[in-house]
Amino acid sequence: MRVRWRSIVMIGAAALYCWGRGAAAELGAAAPDFERADLSGNRIQLSEYHGKLVLLNFWASWCSPCLREMPRLSAWQRKYGAAGLQVLGISMDDDAAPVRRLLSRHPLAYPVLMGDAKLGEEFGGVLGLPCSILIDAQGRIVARYQGESDLTEIEARIKALLPGGHG
Amino acid sequence: MNLRNANTRFSVILLCLLGLAGQSAFCKPAASIPAADLIQPEDLAALLQKPGVPKPLILQVGFRKLYAQAHIPDAEYVAAGEDDEGLKVLRERVAKLPKDSSIVIYCGCCPWSKCPNIAAAYDELHGLGFTRLKVLYVEKDFGTNWVDKGYPTNVGS
Repeated sequence: MRVRWRSIVMIGAAALYCWGRGAAAELGAAAPDFERADLSGNRIQLSEYHGKLVLLNFWASWCSPCLREMPRLSAWQRKYGAAGLQVLGISMDDDAAPVRRLLSRHPLAYPVLMGDAKLGEEFGGVLGLPCSILIDAQGRIVARYQGESDLTEIEARIKALLPGGHG
Repeated sequence: MNLRNANTRFSVILLCLLGLAGQSAFCKPAASIPAADLIQPEDLAALLQKPGVPKPLILQVGFRKLYAQAHIPDAEYVAAGEDDEGLKVLRERVAKLPKDSSIVIYCGCCPWSKCPNIAAAYDELHGLGFTRLKVLYVEKDFGTNWVDKGYPTNVGS
């Protein structure tokens, strides 16, 4: 009986966790605000990008699918930045040293900051990489792309949502 | 290919960098792990909930920020298996264990075919002579293949 209760508690905890994970990342919900310094020391606050289309890209220096898509994200920042796109890279590396090394050789056209478990949880759990979250000009989460995603599809979505128009 | 294009140049350089990194971290694909040594998520979840059955030692060999957000109950965070430092921590963790200990390792950082950690950790433990070693097959990532399935999950580091 004791073992059965333990199973019930474990299943309940898992269900609650899944519910919380889903609720936090629900499409249409307001994106949770956060403030961090990027790797150049500049203060980044998500709410200050209100009015822009924001693409949050969670990645890590050892994640090959992440590194493959980053040149495209950088190109999008250059191409659509004037129309209101802001890409923010969030590294989930354990420390900043390998991230700095990578970026010193291959700078990106958008800021990169260090993420942590708390930030991941606030966005519904970043439980695999890469993971990108699209936030519209009103600050609502409108799309979540988990794992290797179709970049052409993401770009089409970005173009459709750009506040300055680009479609 | 027009190498004068800045985007193309960046992509080529980054892919070259990946190629270099591949010599250490990416050269050993998860596909090199024998199928007989894999355990499917549903089977491990069932095992963990089965009363009266001895539980394996579960070691997470991925990244700490993933473990802190969600992990299998009673799993221990070891270190990322992608580098020598992480493998050293793994060796130290199992140093005093009998070689017939039941061990399950998992990562789930990214798609199975791209995971830089799991095959290196498997090779290390296999090389040390552990005979009851299983690797959790995480096809896409830990969130998709474990948490979203409703399998038992703990949070916190």
